[in-house]
Amino acid sequence: MGAATETFYSVIRRQGITRRSFHKFCSLTATSLGLGPLAASRIANALETKPRVPVIWMHGLECTCCSESFIRSAHPLVKDAVLSMISLDYDDTIMAAAGHQAEAILDETRAKYKGQYILAVEGNPPLNEGGMFCIDGGKPFVEKLKMMAEDASAIIAWGACASWGCVQAAKPNPTQATPIDKVITNKPIIKVPGCPPIAEVMTGVVTFITTFGRLPELDRQGRPKMFYSQRIHDKCYRRPHFDAGQFVEEWDDDAARKGYCLYKMGCKGPTTYNACSTVRWNGGVSFPIQSGHGCIGCSEDGFWDKGSFYDRLTTINQFGIEKNADQVGMVAAGAVGAAIAAHAAVTAVKRLASKRDDAEHRS
Amino acid sequence: MGIQTPNGFNLDNSGKRIVVDPVTRIEGHMRVEVNVDSDNVIRNAVSTGTMWRGIEVILKNRDPRDAWAFTERICGVCTGTHALTSVRAVENALGITIPENANSIRNLMQLALQVHDHVVHFYHLHALDWVDVVSALSADPRATSTLAQSISSWPLSSPGYFKDLQTRLKKFVESGQLGPFKNGYWGSKAYRLPPEANLMAVAHYLEALDFQKEIVKIHTIFGGKNPHPNWLVGGVPCPINVDGTGAVGAINMERLNLISSIIDQLIVFNEQVYLPDVATIGSFYKDWLYGGGLSGKSVLAYGDVPEHANDYSTKSLKLPRGAIINGNLSEVFPVDHTNPEEIQEFVVHSWYKYPDETKGLHPWDGITEPNYVLGPNAKGTKTAIEQLDEGGKYSWIKAPRWKGHAMEVGPLARWVVGYAQNKSEFKDPVDKFLRDLNLPTEALFSTLGRTAARSLESVWAGRQMRYFFDKLVANIKAGDSSTANVDKWKPESWPKEAKGVGFTEAPRGALAHWIKIKDTKIDNYQCVVPTTWNGSPRDPKGNIGAFEASLMNTPMANPEQPLEILRTIHSFDPCLACSTHVMSEDGRELSKVTVR
Repeated sequence: MGAATETFYSVIRRQGITRRSFHKFCSLTATSLGLGPLAASRIANALETKPRVPVIWMHGLECTCCSESFIRSAHPLVKDAVLSMISLDYDDTIMAAAGHQAEAILDETRAKYKGQYILAVEGNPPLNEGGMFCIDGGKPFVEKLKMMAEDASAIIAWGACASWGCVQAAKPNPTQATPIDKVITNKPIIKVPGCPPIAEVMTGVVTFITTFGRLPELDRQGRPKMFYSQRIHDKCYRRPHFDAGQFVEEWDDDAARKGYCLYKMGCKGPTTYNACSTVRWNGGVSFPIQSGHGCIGCSEDGFWDKGSFYDRLTTINQFGIEKNADQVGMVAAGAVGAAIAAHAAVTAVKRLASKRDDAEHRS
Repeated sequence: MGIQTPNGFNLDNSGKRIVVDPVTRIEGHMRVEVNVDSDNVIRNAVSTGTMWRGIEVILKNRDPRDAWAFTERICGVCTGTHALTSVRAVENALGITIPENANSIRNLMQLALQVHDHVVHFYHLHALDWVDVVSALSADPRATSTLAQSISSWPLSSPGYFKDLQTRLKKFVESGQLGPFKNGYWGSKAYRLPPEANLMAVAHYLEALDFQKEIVKIHTIFGGKNPHPNWLVGGVPCPINVDGTGAVGAINMERLNLISSIIDQLIVFNEQVYLPDVATIGSFYKDWLYGGGLSGKSVLAYGDVPEHANDYSTKSLKLPRGAIINGNLSEVFPVDHTNPEEIQEFVVHSWYKYPDETKGLHPWDGITEPNYVLGPNAKGTKTAIEQLDEGGKYSWIKAPRWKGHAMEVGPLARWVVGYAQNKSEFKDPVDKFLRDLNLPTEALFSTLGRTAARSLESVWAGRQMRYFFDKLVANIKAGDSSTANVDKWKPESWPKEAKGVGFTEAPRGALAHWIKIKDTKIDNYQCVVPTTWNGSPRDPKGNIGAFEASLMNTPMANPEQPLEILRTIHSFDPCLACSTHVMSEDGRELSKVTVR
């Protein structure tokens, strides 16, 4: 059992980070927070003597699948994350305190750890009905969210709800459920989409911040590149069957039993950016395609409103019949161009598909 | 002074009002207000669901084959159970049958959820109502070991093991950063365990946290991920291929072995850790028998876990089905989801609008139009509530009633129905549990009884998993590898109009979805979920719901510390995201719709 009193500094030293690197992180942190050079040494001092990074985990309109996923983490074990790596000072789902004793923790954290705590948000605020479709402590959740965002050092949007809106924001979005970056506009937000995100992706993001002392590299949409820069399709183990034109045509047919490609059954792997086909789920046991169902695209913005989960993505022609290496070699030059064209076609059709959707919805 | 409710409770709101908001360690958002008398005994209780998401409104006009994915997102804690209920509703509406293997696989997934949910509920959402974490620091590790070994053969029980754990806990507490244990009610007189029992329970809190992630791998194997595995109308999406070409990517020998080994582990955990812990904790709280509420009066169970595919009759269902009213256990009534006179929802105290709020509506004919107004005696403003007025509207939860009765649902309700039906697999474990604690049968109707029933059910579910695993293997051995029926997969094969009901026993209790399909799209979708039953506000006749009833007449050690309220409310395992949604029959859209 590890030592529970470890400071942030001792934790990262144990994980092989040098003292020199540690000070570099502190300067970078100071710079990224817009603080002066003196602040760097103050931060270093704080991290050496102070304690685990406080995390405030708030819940808006959601289903708690993100929390449930988080506790599935196999590495690190969530027990070790919570006891030794972070200080999960507020999380309505597991905290001992309730009512005003719980509320008091928020005030204390803002005062004591101003600019030093991570705000992790699961779910999103509804804006209709004065925000009272989600009431927390007798007040609209959105107020509490904005208040805690004000003094946070970093903000994490857990899952599709906080990142994009998810199911309650699907059309017609009766509560006007709103992704958090639309109500917190003055801070960078790390989006960790998925319904839910993979457990080890979640603990990976949190421990990256506490270990390296900076935010992970993000893409244009605010997602960590380390987990969200490639499509399910790019790394899918059934990809060879797609390329060979071997598809499941019907549930439980011979092709399904042989593990052929699920593209014709509506798989959204070709347009979904996530780590499922590489990290896989629940300690690497499987992922949706491996268990016979197409990807439903749950980490993509607005995935609920892109037609049925069983609609084939596009009408593009399958890429083909198996050829031997020589034949492929002969057309290789052309293939590069074709691949680009095909990708453009997928994107264009995707755009058309969502336009058609909008049109249908309006009619 | 006070008001007598038709379901037998005397409400008196003249004493001091105590507000608990947020109620934590639940799924979703909830508020409780109580009045206590001069002896700090609860004399009035008000429970409020404080969120609404409108999932059913969103389902309108969508493909019924997609509904499982939407409804699954109603709850990520009881993940999968709404999806199963949904595919059953669609299959019922369209007359789709599923293969025997799909029935066994669905049962394995549903039972895995029961075990996972019950274990996580007890250790991570409920235990801190009984266990004082800080007291564990003063335990003698050797005496803890003796205690642990006296109740179970679980191997993690040496003095050294408990010593190491205590050292880690000590460092954690001394760091001054208590994380999720911050501001807890440590040292309260309401805690009754000796330090050694507290230390053992803390050890098992952490062990259960490690172990729960193994249980859900059964969902991952069959459904690709957890939370929120994938399901399929007409069967299950995972094909079976034990030894043919491509078997490595299907349900094959390796996958079956993994499932079997997880089942073995969870049976051991249930029987060597979970049940003995509940019995041990119960032995120190056996004179704290508050919280019975409606459990000894009116309980409802739909039944679940069909022995045979496509047979949802009471005879085929392994979890009991039936209704008991007025505390008369000698009569168990049949339940009919399709009878408009049986299950009805009322909104007179809910933030919704009906044309005539004195009447209830059957889910097939339900209306939902939000109407957020506070009663005249509420304190504060609409966006800064200080105190609710239970005389007016006060919750986002509707009030479902069975033939006009407020009902409790959940593990205790199921076990009471099974007990009343004289089924030995339910009656014998209950009798043994009570006998070991030297308690009478009536003691079952309590917060402790609710918590005990959940642990007995987890044990039961683990053994059923072994049964259905063996049944699956036997069926494959007999030459049947089928997992899906695609005869009516294509919408062209459906009738122009259809309606159906699907039901399950979710970990938290009776769950049903009602669907109407028109021109291959969803025309109406209604869910009445366990926490709608248990967390319901008052109805037009003044009957209080199960949460409210359970809090009545409970003494509080210190009203500033709502430990007893949390203990009893948590014993229901509330799921607020589940309880609050629904759409109008005519699909009328809500007043403030904004399309992005």
